[in-house]
Amino acid sequence: MIKADNLSKIYSNGSVETVALSNISFEVEEGEFVAIMGPSGSGKSTLMHIIGALDTPTSGAYVLDGKEVGKLSDDELAGIRNKKIGFVFQAYNLLPRTTALKNVMLPMVYAGIPKEERVERAKKLLEMVGLGNRITHTSNQLSGGQQQRVAIARSLAMSPAIILADEPTGNLATVQGEEIMAIFQELGEQRHTVVVITHEPNIAEHAQRIIYLQDGAIIEDSTNHGRRRAKRGGE
Amino acid sequence: MELSEVMATAFEALTLNKMRTVLATLGIVIGIGAVIALVSLGQASQLAVQSQIQSLGSNLLTVIPGAQTSGGVRGAEGGAASLTLDDAKAIMTSPQVTTVANVSPELSRRAQVVAGGNNTNTQVLGSTPAYTMVRELSIASGRFITQQDVDGMDKVAVLGPQVVSDLFGDGANPIGQSVRIKGMSFRVVGVTESKGGSGFMNRDDIVFVPLSTAQKLLFGVNYLSSISIAAKSEQAMDQARNEVGYLLLARHKLSDPTQADFTIFSQEDILGAASQVTGTFTTLLSGIAMISLLVGGIGIMNIMLVTVIERTREIGLRKSLGARKRDIITQFLAESIILTVVGGVLGMVLGIMLSYVVSILIGLPFTLSLTSVFLAIGVSGGIGIIFGLYPAQKAAKLSPIEALRFE
Repeated sequence: MIKADNLSKIYSNGSVETVALSNISFEVEEGEFVAIMGPSGSGKSTLMHIIGALDTPTSGAYVLDGKEVGKLSDDELAGIRNKKIGFVFQAYNLLPRTTALKNVMLPMVYAGIPKEERVERAKKLLEMVGLGNRITHTSNQLSGGQQQRVAIARSLAMSPAIILADEPTGNLATVQGEEIMAIFQELGEQRHTVVVITHEPNIAEHAQRIIYLQDGAIIEDSTNHGRRRAKRGGE
Repeated sequence: MELSEVMATAFEALTLNKMRTVLATLGIVIGIGAVIALVSLGQASQLAVQSQIQSLGSNLLTVIPGAQTSGGVRGAEGGAASLTLDDAKAIMTSPQVTTVANVSPELSRRAQVVAGGNNTNTQVLGSTPAYTMVRELSIASGRFITQQDVDGMDKVAVLGPQVVSDLFGDGANPIGQSVRIKGMSFRVVGVTESKGGSGFMNRDDIVFVPLSTAQKLLFGVNYLSSISIAAKSEQAMDQARNEVGYLLLARHKLSDPTQADFTIFSQEDILGAASQVTGTFTTLLSGIAMISLLVGGIGIMNIMLVTVIERTREIGLRKSLGARKRDIITQFLAESIILTVVGGVLGMVLGIMLSYVVSILIGLPFTLSLTSVFLAIGVSGGIGIIFGLYPAQKAAKLSPIEALRFE
């Protein structure tokens, strides 16, 4: 599903060169639930940008769902982000004063999916994340946990190859964070590929596999034997 | 991204900050309003001038003497003494001229006219009874110059209403009173009806005297300053112009028409000149109004730039969800076009109301040209594109990573 081969990213600011990633290689299989961990400055954001087709590596190859992403044009990258990747951000990033339904429909708008189909699919996805009764609520009328669940529904809108979550519980209380991780675990069981970027060990513990980054390099890549099951409770 | 979605998104974005939207639109409203108001007022005054000139007679031809040439120096047009009373008589009687209904020989000079303690400088016009028919002039009270007046070289005068009010006061009846022109006393026998007009077109500021009196007693000349000719119909104008022209060339013993010592022109010719003048004014005023439109456009650009910065995060999000550059450009262009077109339509309404009120206040006919309406909408849409393109491109160029990080 994902194949990173010798990825490097170097930012040059005038004469100063900063190495954000150096020679990173790993693979993620379909249906895997992977956490990428590391302290701030370890390069995990940069890696996330590359995996998310928001940025391209300086060198090395990145293959997503059989497609080499590294050398695509801006518009082609936009197409990849639309169809292959579902983003979940720390700050939810819903459109303000816009209903949950419209937020979930947004990626489908850019894909040119007809309106009736958009509405139908978005409703199903919102029901799946437990917000079937909140579809006309605007984002500012929803709690943080609810907003993040709308964001997850949105990330699933185009049935992407991978779901890429960047500190998805960072703005949430522990209970709500558990909720979100439970949803990700369910998605994994449904053969969705999930990549979570986090610096919190108790969040990473929900994943099947944990990749540790430090100073732009992988220092450990191991199966998580003490995997925690998150409980999906009520509201 | 389909159009309905683009429009809906743009409207939503614009309603989020209503005050700003209204203020940004106001610049366009004022600009388009000014252009429409000035253009339609310009056209109205053009129409007014046209109808005024036409009221002087649509089948009227005027012959004026050509420039006087003395010692190789060509003087002003109309300065020569080449037209005579015999020319006028020949036009009326010649068998070659078949399309002329009436001929009015005229001698016009400016002179000081005095009545009691008042005096005015006005046009003194020596004329014959044919003048009323050729110029479609009506008499308000008393009578016009008669053939007996001309034959007897009588010292009688017919006054225009402007001269009556200048010399005798508003609404006074001057008939039977006397006025002095160049020291000679004239008995007032009639007052003409007002024909309106202003400036050089003022047909009310005039004193009529018999042609013979003007030529021999007042100004001591034997030529005419103009011959006015009424053609039998409007269709016969061109033929009448040719007939009169060839007759006068023959009478003046000239074989080459380019050497003619006279000029024949119709009201149509004056109309053309007058239209050109008002047209120039209209263009000038609209030009000034265009500047305010330009300022309005810059206002739109400014607002759109602020909007782009404010919505940096939203742009980043949209890009991360798959918006291409052209999706972002379309979205922001749609907003600026909606702003300007709505402003254009409101400005159009404002401009129409304004020109309606003003044309009623100053007594002009109210006209509304569809061209200016369509132009206003087209121009405002164009302004939306021109001034919206730069902010939209700026938005589209934002890197999604930078945009998502933006606080």
